[in-house]
Amino acid sequence: MTSKQQRKRDNLGLAGRLLLMVAGSFAFGYALVPLYDVFCEVTGIGSRERLLQAATVGVAGPDMNRSIVVEFVSSTPGSGEWEFHPNVGSMEVHPGKLYEATFHARNLSGHAIVGQAVPSISPGRAARYFQKTECFCFTPQPFAEGEVKEMPVRFIVDRELPASVDRLTLSYSFFDTARLAQQSPGNNS
Amino acid sequence: MAHHEHTADHAHHDDKPQGITRWLTTTNHKDIGTMYLVFSLAMFLIGGLFAMVIRAELFQPGLQFVDPGFFNQMTTMHALVMVFGAVMPATVGLANWMIPMQIGAPDMALPRMNLFSFWLLFFAFMLLLSTLFLPGGAPASGWTLYPPLVLQTGNAFPVAVFAIHLMGASSIMGSINVIVTIMNMRAPGMSLLKMPLFSWSWLITAYLLIAVMPVLAGGVTMLLTDHFFATSFFNPAGGGDPVLFQHVFWFFGHPEVYIMILPAFGIVSEILQTFSRKPIFGYEAMVYAIASIAFLSFIVWAHHMFTVGMPLAGQMFFTLSTMLIAIPTGVKVFNWTATMWRGSISFEPPMLFAIAFLFLFTIGGFSGLMLAIAPADFQYHDTYFVVAHFHYVLVPGAVFAIMAAVYYWLPKWTGHMYDMKLANFHFWMSTIFVNVLFFPQHFLGLAGMPRRIPDYATQFADWNMVSSIGGFGFGLSQLLFVYIIIKAARGGQKATAEVWDNPPGLEWTVPSPAPYHTFDTAPEVK
Repeated sequence: MTSKQQRKRDNLGLAGRLLLMVAGSFAFGYALVPLYDVFCEVTGIGSRERLLQAATVGVAGPDMNRSIVVEFVSSTPGSGEWEFHPNVGSMEVHPGKLYEATFHARNLSGHAIVGQAVPSISPGRAARYFQKTECFCFTPQPFAEGEVKEMPVRFIVDRELPASVDRLTLSYSFFDTARLAQQSPGNNS
Repeated sequence: MAHHEHTADHAHHDDKPQGITRWLTTTNHKDIGTMYLVFSLAMFLIGGLFAMVIRAELFQPGLQFVDPGFFNQMTTMHALVMVFGAVMPATVGLANWMIPMQIGAPDMALPRMNLFSFWLLFFAFMLLLSTLFLPGGAPASGWTLYPPLVLQTGNAFPVAVFAIHLMGASSIMGSINVIVTIMNMRAPGMSLLKMPLFSWSWLITAYLLIAVMPVLAGGVTMLLTDHFFATSFFNPAGGGDPVLFQHVFWFFGHPEVYIMILPAFGIVSEILQTFSRKPIFGYEAMVYAIASIAFLSFIVWAHHMFTVGMPLAGQMFFTLSTMLIAIPTGVKVFNWTATMWRGSISFEPPMLFAIAFLFLFTIGGFSGLMLAIAPADFQYHDTYFVVAHFHYVLVPGAVFAIMAAVYYWLPKWTGHMYDMKLANFHFWMSTIFVNVLFFPQHFLGLAGMPRRIPDYATQFADWNMVSSIGGFGFGLSQLLFVYIIIKAARGGQKATAEVWDNPPGLEWTVPSPAPYHTFDTAPEVK
């Protein structure tokens, strides 16, 4: 009988210790929350810091000792329906400072039309350092017949731009969205 | 009723309440094991019904039967019911029935807690299933419950979270019971390294469960407080991060897949020995392989989330650590093959299922290796390739092993042999249809069909139709399984104590059906 009681005590003892393990596991689940932050901070893994940098680009102030040439290029693939060109061919800019450039567009098609500009930056590795805060390429641009628009793009060149880059090209292709939709391969079938 | 006759035979030490009270108040490990198994079979059918809805909708492109919201509820509920309601309780039921008999113990160590954990599970699933009838329907976020999507669940949200808490508590208590039973209740002479492999696999599974179930409980509690109490664990606006949930979930989720498969490994090890008429090849290697798999399962979780934007070092670590799991798993597969090598093999239904397990589980293992390669996973992620992979390891893997176990031990439980012809038929139907069902899903996934979508591009139509036909065939075949079990429970040819040809293990030294109380006096193990 005593051995039976002994066994019962052993069983409850072990069950108790296992319950402590359970409590430990539950606590560990919550500990993952601060651990996750600490882990990201120590290893630099995770994008929080990078995101924070992106947000403070403008705040850090311009780097007046460095100038970059930004060239503007325009193209109107496959149509004589637009007049579309930058108002200045290039600008000399300081990294970290906000600039504005404007593009001139006129609808020559003889009817109302909606345009969409698609931007491209070269060299490609510099693209992530070119931040557009506002751009006519963000939305489709409606044009009445013969309408003329001066369309702005505001941008900051990131201070982190690699030193080897001293010249950037921002090019826009301006498309007629209605025609583009007809031509896209998805609609061929 | 078989049980009543049998009560009369052993009236002197089989005093138990009759009728419904017996099942409500029993603390007998065999009764509780039976209840777990019956419960799991019922959930298998309900979860299967959900799967039929999914396959019916996917039979053809377009929306035919259900709206997309309900479709998502079906995928979510199918997963939750099958994982927590069918596979896990089935292995717990087997553990309840077999572990005390395998190690020569009179009962589980903590019988009242045992009963409590069963009823907790029962009510957890009543709650979970009731969400289907709530405004807004059942959870539809996928079983992974990723925020912020899961926070859009309607009234079902707190109910589902509470149900997960309950089933977690139930599993934890079940695990504590298994560990205490195995550590403290073994018969004299039954050292740990003499223990049958099914008991070994469950000992390790139980440790996995108490290590990770509380983490899931923590994770869903954080979801709950984010939703109702304005915490910001996963809300970026308050400084949280939704990716954190994926880490918490998969820290639980990856060990969870081994919780479902390790007992299957144990079952297959037992069955291959019996029907090859040879002891298992490399017993100790098998034990160490299970232990290594269990350890590795804790350090591979992020291979489920390669696409969140992990740094290269992380992708490499999780790719390589995941591939390491192939080593102990390979040891197991080779040892099983070596166990059959030059054995005197006979092909009774349990053996058929075990051999099918060996082949088909290995296919699932290999597609898992493909998914482990981070750069390739970007292509496979959230496609039907993943669906094919985990169904191969879970259906012809875990579920086939459970069916093998039922066919192996059913004569011991009921005292009757089952209909071998029907069982063979059930095996061939299941094996053929399960491949028709899941193999084409590899092709669909590689071609880019996303998972959890009720409609699809027409190029996927043919293989989806094939897969659905396999699904209906597999579903119908399981009705046969139910019929075979009921038939054997009601009567049939009397089973001998050994049932099979000289099977290993203490459970075969007691008569069939196993008396209500076994090993009241501990057997002597040499």
